[in-house]
Amino acid sequence: MNASETHSETEIIKIRELKKRFGQNRVLNGFNMILYKGENLVIMGKSGSGKSVLIKCMVGLEKADSGSIEMMGKDITSLDKEAFNELRADIGFLFQGSALYDSMSVRENLEFPLRRHKHRFGKEVKTDSLVHEALENVGLSHAIDLMPDELSGGMKRRIALARTLIMRPKIIFYDEPTSGLDPITSKEIIELIMNIQDKFETSSLIITHDIDCARVISDRMILLVEGINYAEGTFNELTKMTDPKVRAFFK
Amino acid sequence: MISISTSDNRIKQFFIQIGEISFFAGRFFKESVRPPYEINEFLRQCYNVGNRSVPLVSITGFIIGLVLTLQTRPTLEEFGAVSWMPAMVGISIVREIGPVVIALICAGRIASGMGAELGSMRVTEQIDAMEVSGTNPFKYLVVTRILATTFMVPILVIYGDALALYGSFLIENIKGNVSFTLYFNQVFNSLEFGDLIPATIKTFFFGFAIGLVGCFKGYNTRKGTAGVGLAANSAVVMASMLIFLLDFVAVVISDIFYDL
Repeated sequence: MNASETHSETEIIKIRELKKRFGQNRVLNGFNMILYKGENLVIMGKSGSGKSVLIKCMVGLEKADSGSIEMMGKDITSLDKEAFNELRADIGFLFQGSALYDSMSVRENLEFPLRRHKHRFGKEVKTDSLVHEALENVGLSHAIDLMPDELSGGMKRRIALARTLIMRPKIIFYDEPTSGLDPITSKEIIELIMNIQDKFETSSLIITHDIDCARVISDRMILLVEGINYAEGTFNELTKMTDPKVRAFFK
Repeated sequence: MISISTSDNRIKQFFIQIGEISFFAGRFFKESVRPPYEINEFLRQCYNVGNRSVPLVSITGFIIGLVLTLQTRPTLEEFGAVSWMPAMVGISIVREIGPVVIALICAGRIASGMGAELGSMRVTEQIDAMEVSGTNPFKYLVVTRILATTFMVPILVIYGDALALYGSFLIENIKGNVSFTLYFNQVFNSLEFGDLIPATIKTFFFGFAIGLVGCFKGYNTRKGTAGVGLAANSAVVMASMLIFLLDFVAVVISDIFYDL
């Protein structure tokens, strides 16, 4: 299946010549990328290759040294904080360790992003109904009053996904969505991500080094090597490449 | 050569830290006046800082009063000056011992707690998650906590002072058969506004310092879970040192006004 068959050609994210260094360590060396509407784009790279730094630059947790990041037609590197925070309502981020707020119940965790962006849903939409709907989407309605320390690793990941979904984002970033999970739970999370993509028609950027996850989930893949997009294509296209650096990912 | 370069590094790090904490304090003042105001979180922090410190402050305050009176009584008896006991205990507790000891207790409980809590939130990416959701984590986590300590530590000190005086009265009542009215009349006759006002004002600064250091150390935690322990530990050390430093400055300033 060709990548272009699964999504439109509308560019949701466009990154040009992104550079980022920490001291002498050059992490991103002119990275380029386009994410199309409705696409599942997987970025793979070795540990320390700059995958997380890249995603953090995109959500404004790190500031790039140079280059541009256009998101839904807006260059985020030139947006003021207020405008960027408004844009953030359309962006979901599933953190590697789930990042649920320890001191809050599941309900409060889900309500938290609505504190700032509730106006997007209008006055007639009740917070409670949004929370219940988001939990139903991840199949954990019964966990509404539990605390994060009462949840298993897989449940935490699902609740974090529900917290991301509650804002009905147009783009979702997944940072290692299956890391630290057993194979069965990993499979469940992958299915959940795909169901969400079908249901909400989100565009997804998935950072992973789980080859099975990449195979199942990706419409297109980018291999991040030495801070640049070293190779690009569908999973099948990449597996057929003979370049040793590319082959190393699929051994 | 190595030791010179190490101490050079330490001095450099010390000044970098002073700069960073000043910048952090500046950001606090800037963010605290900008809407939206996190009133509910501020009240929740007041409860955490105030209500949950009450048992520790009660025991500490009460025992300070008991011990101070028990230790001082024999000496005053020797000079036939036991009648000065309420005045002596009152002035020493209200002016110095109460504020400093209770602020140190709060530094141990509150600054370490904040350092560990915020540090843990930092290393588990909870602070990043707040930022990504469009909430200003500095305003939500730091401003509310610093304001809570600034307002609650003075209340805890006044409460601790009252319990210390009550502890002292109990000893006087048992050993010297002094009535409640007589004891507290003597205490309040010996106290002046010049004792109460500077002592109360400095506790606001103690509270601010405790919150500032606890939040600074926690918010800037690095190096994973090991960094959390380090943040909690160094928050207590730095807050305690700041309390002594601020106390010295407060005493010098009030001394200048006293002379005028």
